[in-house]
Amino acid sequence: MATTSIDSFPATARPGGFSFELHTRNQVLSSRGAAVPRATKTGTTIVGVVYKHGVVLGADTRATEGPIVADKNCEKIHYIAPNMYCCGAGTAADTEFTTNLISSQLELHRLATGRQARVVTAMTLLKQMLFKYQGQVGAALILGGCDVEGPQLFSIHPHGSTDKLPYVTMGSGSLAAMSIMEAKWTPDMERQDAIDLVDNAIRAGIFNDLGSGSNVDVTVITPEGVDVLRNYATPNERGVREGVYDYARGTTKVLTESIRSLVEVVDGDAMEVE
Amino acid sequence: MAVQFDGGVIIGADSRTTTGSYIANRVTDKLTMVHDRVYCCRSGSAADTQAVADIVHYYCQMFDVQNGEAPPVKVVASMFQEICYQNKDGLMAGIIVAGWDKKVGGGSVYNISLGGSMNKQPFAIGGSGSTYIYGYCDASYHENMTVTECIEFTKNAIALAMSRDGSSGGCIRLAVITEQGVQRIFVPGNELPTFFEG
Repeated sequence: MATTSIDSFPATARPGGFSFELHTRNQVLSSRGAAVPRATKTGTTIVGVVYKHGVVLGADTRATEGPIVADKNCEKIHYIAPNMYCCGAGTAADTEFTTNLISSQLELHRLATGRQARVVTAMTLLKQMLFKYQGQVGAALILGGCDVEGPQLFSIHPHGSTDKLPYVTMGSGSLAAMSIMEAKWTPDMERQDAIDLVDNAIRAGIFNDLGSGSNVDVTVITPEGVDVLRNYATPNERGVREGVYDYARGTTKVLTESIRSLVEVVDGDAMEVE
Repeated sequence: MAVQFDGGVIIGADSRTTTGSYIANRVTDKLTMVHDRVYCCRSGSAADTQAVADIVHYYCQMFDVQNGEAPPVKVVASMFQEICYQNKDGLMAGIIVAGWDKKVGGGSVYNISLGGSMNKQPFAIGGSGSTYIYGYCDASYHENMTVTECIEFTKNAIALAMSRDGSSGGCIRLAVITEQGVQRIFVPGNELPTFFEG
């Protein structure tokens, strides 16, 4: 192979799974001092809570690229099915695409079976996919939903292990959020109490974790339906500037002025093209 | 941990799952059903053991349907062994298989360690906390223990391991597996048997 061109890696010829073909090249480049671009992580606080009548999911809205905030208001609570939503922490692309993939697989499953999908089905599809990729897919998920078995909440780790729990937190802000959960969670809470708990847990992550910030998203799932409360709380709105720092015209003295016309309009519209 | 007695087995485990030094789940159920009267105690990587147990659960269902009878504990243990041995490079799974089957007419305990070796034992311990209780177990165990004695033995051993090992803790989950069925026992963290506390 004389030169490596884009045609050497046609999409059709690639086998399934990850391609590690550029790994050696990247290693050589980084040893020569080139900066390796890092994947956008969500650096997140996500929580889920089971209450008397259903499940409440919560998430912050900050997406980070290293120390920089890439997105100040991203959506981390993903649709899986009419009765199931999934919060995602870890690599943003991985959580987005993994949830989309399983959502589409579940829709086909729903059409084939003719019945409402179960939360354990989504959980099994997710965990088997994540285990297959041995943790290379950096998706840490909180899956919540209501089905014939009642309201259920699962945490799914990137390597494919799952836990069924009444309350869970994940992401870089999980420790801050868990401290709120452990202090205030009780079984069989009412809807507003559960929403308040989720709100407080996410705020703990937003204000105490550098990787989390901006707004609180809440989604409430019950057997009757789903309430997507996007930007339920916005505790980080940009303040109004208090002073006026404009300079009046004339502050800078104009010494000379020269105007040149760059566009010569001969006839008709200057932008007319043949 | 699992202990065999005349008529069945007792299995028990702590409830702590850790990610480094953070406890991801403090109420884990490490006693996983693979068939009606055969359970496994999982130790090592949570993802690996859950995946392996799910596969063996599927194999057991197929065995039951195809052979018209529940798989004997020995068969289930060898299903686990096959997976753990053939994939030993990619797995970190220490599993204890225990249950009741009609062929033996009583309980059996099989220990499958990290490399995939399978050993039938009267009782088996595993996991990071097991190293601290080998002495206690060897000293306390004797043959022909009654169900109640076995429960006490298991409960005490796990409590001792939990008090010394940082990766073990939470509460104790026990199960008694006999011909009649599976009876679960839960011991909350504030009701653990206490020993020398200093």
